[in-house]
Amino acid sequence: MTDNALIIRSVDKFRGKTQVLKAIDLAVAPGERVALLGHNGAGKSTLIKMILGQTSIDGGDISIGGAKPGRTVARAKTAFLPESVNFHPTLTGHEQLTLFASLSVRDLPDIDALLDRVGLAEASNNRIATYSKGMRQRLGLAQVLLGQPTVALLDEPTSGLDPISRQDLYAIIDELAAQGTAVLIASHALTEVEAQTDRIAILRKGIKVADDTLDNLSRGAGLPTRMRILVQDGQADQIAMATGGTRINGASVELYCDAGQKMQELRRIAAMGDVVADIELTPPRLEDLYRHYSTGGQT
Amino acid sequence: MIARIFAIARAEMLILRRNWWLMMATGIMVLFALALTFAGSAPTGTLGVDMLTVSVSSMTTLAVYLVPFLGLMMSFDAIAGERDRGTLSLLLTYSAGRGEILMGKFVAQVTALGIASALGLGSAGVIAALYAGASPESLMALFRLIVTATLLGAVFVALGYGVSALAESPAAAAGLAAGLWLVFVVLFDLGLLGAVVMDGGGMFTQKVFPWVMVANPADAFRVWNIAASDGVAISSGMGGAAKTLPGWAAPVSLLLWPLLAFLLARAVFRRVEP
Ligand SMILES: Nc1ncnc2c1ncn2[C@@H]1O[C@H](COP(=O)(O)OP(=O)(O)O)[C@@H](O)[C@H]1O
Ligand SMILES: [Mg+2]
Repeated sequence: MTDNALIIRSVDKFRGKTQVLKAIDLAVAPGERVALLGHNGAGKSTLIKMILGQTSIDGGDISIGGAKPGRTVARAKTAFLPESVNFHPTLTGHEQLTLFASLSVRDLPDIDALLDRVGLAEASNNRIATYSKGMRQRLGLAQVLLGQPTVALLDEPTSGLDPISRQDLYAIIDELAAQGTAVLIASHALTEVEAQTDRIAILRKGIKVADDTLDNLSRGAGLPTRMRILVQDGQADQIAMATGGTRINGASVELYCDAGQKMQELRRIAAMGDVVADIELTPPRLEDLYRHYSTGGQT
Repeated sequence: MIARIFAIARAEMLILRRNWWLMMATGIMVLFALALTFAGSAPTGTLGVDMLTVSVSSMTTLAVYLVPFLGLMMSFDAIAGERDRGTLSLLLTYSAGRGEILMGKFVAQVTALGIASALGLGSAGVIAALYAGASPESLMALFRLIVTATLLGAVFVALGYGVSALAESPAAAAGLAAGLWLVFVVLFDLGLLGAVVMDGGGMFTQKVFPWVMVANPADAFRVWNIAASDGVAISSGMGGAAKTLPGWAAPVSLLLWPLLAFLLARAVFRRVEP
């Protein structure tokens, strides 16, 4: 895997005496979308700052397409969307983007088309001071699309976005990946990035506790499927007793079973006859999965 | 590299125009310069110098206080403010190096100060000249005043970047900038004066004092404008110390300072973690 766009090898980071990142390994291939998940304070933003060369690396090393973080070559290869992105309020969106473009690429791209791409065409000549948080986020995305970055680092890109903007964001992430950019998306909310990523890495208190595809993570976590049985005629108590589940109310009972025993359980419950009106199956939710890994597997 | 510096300078210039800095700085300069020109017009004739010469002399005294103040006001927020808003982190991911970013801001802000000086001091000069005539020498003195005021401004713009990079917050940067102004423009001269009085006209006063004085950019500015023009020296009555210095001392000091201050600011900025 020497052709990875981004390689993080056994990286450590100290803030004062506390170690905020411990021996982190992570690689992102060109065109791959990796979600970096973790609670607030897990160290996501710190890791991104280290990739950008904006804070010292206290152990291990990082390579961006073969270049060291912070070097001019590395900076030219990276695009960045900061957490709660901000710009100079007195410039217009168009002026801000033009500035960034003239700092990064040789031939000035079509700024208007780019602003249109992120849905800011109408506001392009308004001052950024008048933009909403979502609009600033869109402008932040527009500058990520400048040039053709080898690596794109998006820190909490969904924060402040409404659902439709979120769809746009996903489309842009796909577009980046399709052009061969390695995309690293830091987030504290799994559901917001899950569908958009090829791989998920989970940080817990500075330690990487998981790094795999969503399917493999689900299997590895071994989380139970939830069954909810709708019962007729207020016989919830009997059914709860018979199945070993918990009575939720007069009409429903809830129980959990491992993935392997699901069919067996279903047959057993179906055999109970007419008292069972319906069965709802809920596979482990992403939130459960995330909680499982990010709290150390106690779920 | 030049293109990147230019791009930053252009954006900074836009900002200076939009937030009224350019207007305000120019307005303040015009106002003070006009006031001084007319207030100072009384002694005209008594010393045999024209009105513009007197005006340049009093504007020199004014500029020593005003120009460093304007320079620091303009620059103290440059880095601390960007860090506070969170814009620095993104800007630094672009190909422009820190030196280039700083140079772009420097070019824009010094240009703004230059415009303010030229319009402010220039308009007072033109009015004095129209009102009571001007000699080629006094016009030369006015031109020198504008150029040196811009150089003096450049020193303090760069020093302002230094404190801006050093400070934890914009408020702290403002405090440090006020301190810088006080030290360079007020306390330094007071200290020197005290030393001269204690020395009582001895070795220090004759040999060391002029050099120490001219090492301060604000004093170098004063000395350059006064020593270079006899008329100004007479009307200000402060040519004494400048006389013992070689003619190049003040210009060298005032030309070196912007460079030194900029290099210093860049060194501090390099260590900033956004
Ligand atoms: N500039 C800083 N100085 C000191 N500690 C910091 C700084 N930035 C972050 N930290 C600490 O490092 C840890 C990781 O923070 P961060 O990377 O921002 O987490 P995340 O982005 O995952 O929420 C936290 O404990 C935080 O308090
Ligand atoms: Mg963060």
